[in-house]
Amino acid sequence: MSVKITHWPGTSLSSADFAEGRVLTVRGGVKAEYAWDAGVAIGRYLEELKRGRLVARRCDGCRRVLVPPRMFCEECFRPTDAWVRLADTGTVQTFSISYVRWDMVRLTEPEIPAVIAIDGASPGYGILHLLGEVDPKEVRVGMRVKAVWKDPAERRGAITDIRYWAPIREGG
Amino acid sequence: MPERVAIVGVGFSDLRSCTPGVSYKEMMFEAATRAYHDAGVDPRKDVHSFVCVSEDFWEGTSIFDEYVPDQLGAALRPVQTITGDGIQALCCAAMLIRTGTARVVVVEGHSKYSDMRTPHHIQQFAMDPILNRPLGAHANLVAGLEMSRYLYESGNTREQCAMVVAKNRHQALLNPLAAYGARITPDDVLAAPPTFFPLGELDAARPADGCFVMVLAAESAVRDMAGQPVWIAGYGWCTDAPSLESREWGEAAYARLAAEQAYRMAGIASPLRDLDFAELDDAFSYKELQHMEALRLCRPGEAGEWVEDGVTRLDGEFPVNPSGGSLGVGHLLEATGLHRVYETVLQLRGEAGPRQVPGARRGLAQSWRHVPTTTGAVIILERE
Ligand SMILES: [Zn+2]
Repeated sequence: MSVKITHWPGTSLSSADFAEGRVLTVRGGVKAEYAWDAGVAIGRYLEELKRGRLVARRCDGCRRVLVPPRMFCEECFRPTDAWVRLADTGTVQTFSISYVRWDMVRLTEPEIPAVIAIDGASPGYGILHLLGEVDPKEVRVGMRVKAVWKDPAERRGAITDIRYWAPIREGG
Repeated sequence: MPERVAIVGVGFSDLRSCTPGVSYKEMMFEAATRAYHDAGVDPRKDVHSFVCVSEDFWEGTSIFDEYVPDQLGAALRPVQTITGDGIQALCCAAMLIRTGTARVVVVEGHSKYSDMRTPHHIQQFAMDPILNRPLGAHANLVAGLEMSRYLYESGNTREQCAMVVAKNRHQALLNPLAAYGARITPDDVLAAPPTFFPLGELDAARPADGCFVMVLAAESAVRDMAGQPVWIAGYGWCTDAPSLESREWGEAAYARLAAEQAYRMAGIASPLRDLDFAELDDAFSYKELQHMEALRLCRPGEAGEWVEDGVTRLDGEFPVNPSGGSLGVGHLLEATGLHRVYETVLQLRGEAGPRQVPGARRGLAQSWRHVPTTTGAVIILERE
């Protein structure tokens, strides 16, 4: 209520009114399930992740190396030409420190999602993933990182076959 | 005076009941590559605007329209997605040209139906959540209700609807794109298991995957194009009141009004005299008959006799669905209307091969947005 208004017109409802069935409600939802076909390019990308490798597609039109791979170059509008194997090292392009999960649950240990340009791909092409083994306060744009893979038996051909990316320590 | 608009290039990806080998992006790239080659355009240099048609729930990605540019050559270009049927996207593209906003516009629509594991749930999710969904009815019930009333009002019969299925699936055998061409008889259709009476299993078009891309150009840009132009003479679209409790069940009023708009624009007084063939929505068997009557191709109640007499067969006086329609080709979600336009373009260019309608000069393509909608669109195309 406010200074001027002490009583709103209508009937106020509390959550107990809903819980105890004093309000008429209809519940509804949808069972929306999909099995997206990954396609030629992403299918191969995932297969290579399972083998502990990162691959890209090269376009001979603009000479760029594109990752995630695609069978067409969006700049030249032509089919890409060849598969290219990449290193599993790269450079942090941008990052954030997430204190809240996707479903708005607050995290006690923050996560550090980052976009990493992968060595061997064209500038600006890489992966969106997580950083690990690093103090959030130490993370910098330009930081050099390397993939930390799951054990081969645990990999399933998914983006999560890489656990996270850890800083490359100097001399290490 | 707005410029005339032509379709100068068309492209497809192969239509299949499932397409596990390719992603929707790769499917779009295939269709786009064919369309641009057909028109002789480079999308990175020659196309000014892109219009797609899609529905997030079919795709399984919300704000799906953001995922379309790369595979169309549309990155960093004006791009928009509409909901509705592909013919509505063509209308949108034609308006961009007629208003002088763009001279060359690309339209894309696709179906990746096989990606959906629960399509019936998603279809049912289109029903009213408070009044209809709690009854537990499948969305195709709407077609059963409509067919009952339509047959009652028109005097047409289930047998005649079964003849539509046999005709279209048979005609699809001449169409290399079609996923469901078959030699079946009206008796096979009538003997199929009932679903939502009077509908049986074979009365409903089955889904398919596939993509269509088209290039539209203003008259002043057409001379730079390689493709043979097919001109857009008129178009219209319409949506009726949605309520299942009080909608017009017998007549397809949305189709009648969409067609009237298109006929007016094209200067058509007598559709039967002024058109050489039509690609009409046949998502369910009775729909082809109902739409023939709504579009004034015949008088109310006459469509059943026409199919019985073979008038609408490929070799009849007025072919309907020379492509095989949705019953023969497969239903392609929003791309359904674009497939009908694709067939119309091939017919008018004289490139329809063994299913060519001899001497076709002007054709009509019509779409309906499937259950539970009352939305339809019409486009009329002609050659010079
Ligand atoms: Zn390139």
